Amino acid sequence: MLGQISSWRSFKTFLFTVFCYLTSIVSILVLAAILWTLLHRGMHGMNVALFTDAMPTPGQMGDLPSGLRDAILGSLIITGIGMLIATPIGILIATYLVDYGSKSKLSVYVRFVNDLLLSAPSIILGLFVYAFMVKPVGNFSGIAGAVALAFIAIPMIVRTTEDVLYLVSPMLKESAIALGIPRWRVTVKIAYRTAMSGMITAILLALARIAGETAPLLFTALNNQFPNANPLQPMANLPVTIFQFAMSPYRNWQHLAWAGALLITIVILLINLIARVFLRDKNAH
Amino acid sequence: MDSMENRIPAQKKLHADWLFQHITQWLGLGLIILIVAILVTLVLASWPSIHTFGWHFLWSAEWDPAHNKFGGLVAIIGTLITALIGVIIAVPLSFGIAVLISEILPHKVGLVVARLVELMAGIPSIIYGMWGLFTLAPFLAKHVQPWLIVHCQHIPVLNYIFGGMPIGFGVFTAGIILAIMIIPLISSVMRDVLASVPTLLREAAYGVGATRWEVVWNILLHYTRAGLLGGIILGLGRALGETMAVTFVVGNSHQLFASLFMPGTTISATIANEFSEATGKLYPAALMELGLILFVITFVVLALSRALLKLGKARGGSL
Repeated sequence: MLGQISSWRSFKTFLFTVFCYLTSIVSILVLAAILWTLLHRGMHGMNVALFTDAMPTPGQMGDLPSGLRDAILGSLIITGIGMLIATPIGILIATYLVDYGSKSKLSVYVRFVNDLLLSAPSIILGLFVYAFMVKPVGNFSGIAGAVALAFIAIPMIVRTTEDVLYLVSPMLKESAIALGIPRWRVTVKIAYRTAMSGMITAILLALARIAGETAPLLFTALNNQFPNANPLQPMANLPVTIFQFAMSPYRNWQHLAWAGALLITIVILLINLIARVFLRDKNAH
Repeated sequence: MDSMENRIPAQKKLHADWLFQHITQWLGLGLIILIVAILVTLVLASWPSIHTFGWHFLWSAEWDPAHNKFGGLVAIIGTLITALIGVIIAVPLSFGIAVLISEILPHKVGLVVARLVELMAGIPSIIYGMWGLFTLAPFLAKHVQPWLIVHCQHIPVLNYIFGGMPIGFGVFTAGIILAIMIIPLISSVMRDVLASVPTLLREAAYGVGATRWEVVWNILLHYTRAGLLGGIILGLGRALGETMAVTFVVGNSHQLFASLFMPGTTISATIANEFSEATGKLYPAALMELGLILFVITFVVLALSRALLKLGKARGGSL
């Protein structure tokens, strides 16, 4: 009797353990399938021409041109401007939450709003930037895309930077203040310096997140068939180009879309990897 | 008083201090202004549509740009159903992964599995969309949907839900893609929540002879249910707002079907597909109003998730 119960109980545990293994295996297999498809379809498009050739125009068949040069360049510019906007703002807001406003009521609201923005649908941010930056001006622009991306990056930088700034020992800051050093110098010279590797991780993670964002660029940066390095004009960019090319009926466009997709995934996974190295660096201290 | 302050050599530095402190504060305030501005902008931009259709917009299924008739019902239902399918599929998978990593595997092996799952979170959503369109949809159309249609055709209700044609893309496929995308998020929150259970509690349970299943089901689940629910709802919020992956596979049809295999649309997919081509006054405003509705829905869902996660932390998980 007792033996029966206990074997039923251990059977349940066995079933549950199998379930847990199966769920993980299925998920990892899906990940493998996605990466394999990406490699399989994108690999033969990965060549020098991808970086040096202009983009094909509709109806163009054959081999030339078959690159994504302008989209790659545009993405670099848009993402770069976006990070330039987001990094100082994000770090300063995190500084407020940790150092200056930690006891104030405002910081509670700021933290709440930051959490909301962190998970707000990115397409909403695109709509917002369209309504207040594109429509009044009258044309789509790379800078509008950069602002939309910055709105996605800021809450990410705030959240992660806040976490690492909290780890800075209060004793360190207090002894510096006791020496008569102004608080802003304590923040910059001591808090930021101590938390540097963690802050770099924060910035890199935000960069990895916005590098592949497509939805907020659809009606801010739009896209551009022609080479353009002026951020005040509509700008070609990798995610939107991939979207348009993948949905197109042309075979050569679809090939390019897969090559672009592979490129963007490799870059993002690399950034994530580097961010993790910096994180480990911090833990070692 | 005045002369005292004047004698402080660091007066200039104090100004800098004041400035630095206030800049951080203003930027924090700016974040709050930003979210208010988003709300106000969306309301203003969708005003022509709100004014014309009123509450009717919410339950009208008519979407006819040619005749300037707009109703959001199909998109709203599509958003809710795809997200729901995603969560229903993702929750058991995420729970299994979280338990495997934090309760079953040795720490180091668990870490490897955790990193692999995190890798999934790093892949941009447009890649999921392309994979869904070129790989998953043909696979479902060929192997999964015909089987479900044949086996459900004599079961009431199910013959409607799993009826229709095996075309591959549609609401069902979008739900599966969403599930894959939110698994890393839900499982990592669940892992954090499980890790918050005191080791003493586990050891006490194992000590009185509980099996692993009993520890997980009776102790961990009971202790962490608020936090787990918070994680699930966080995943729901992500699924509701996801755009690109859904746009690729949902089919973009403004018709309402009983079958999950038929094409449909979601709020974000509608906006992504139609906004740049929307002309006139009412059309863009209607799309803006859809955006506003999505914003309000995700706002409520995220506030709920946050409250639950906080509750889980504060009271040790008891609801």
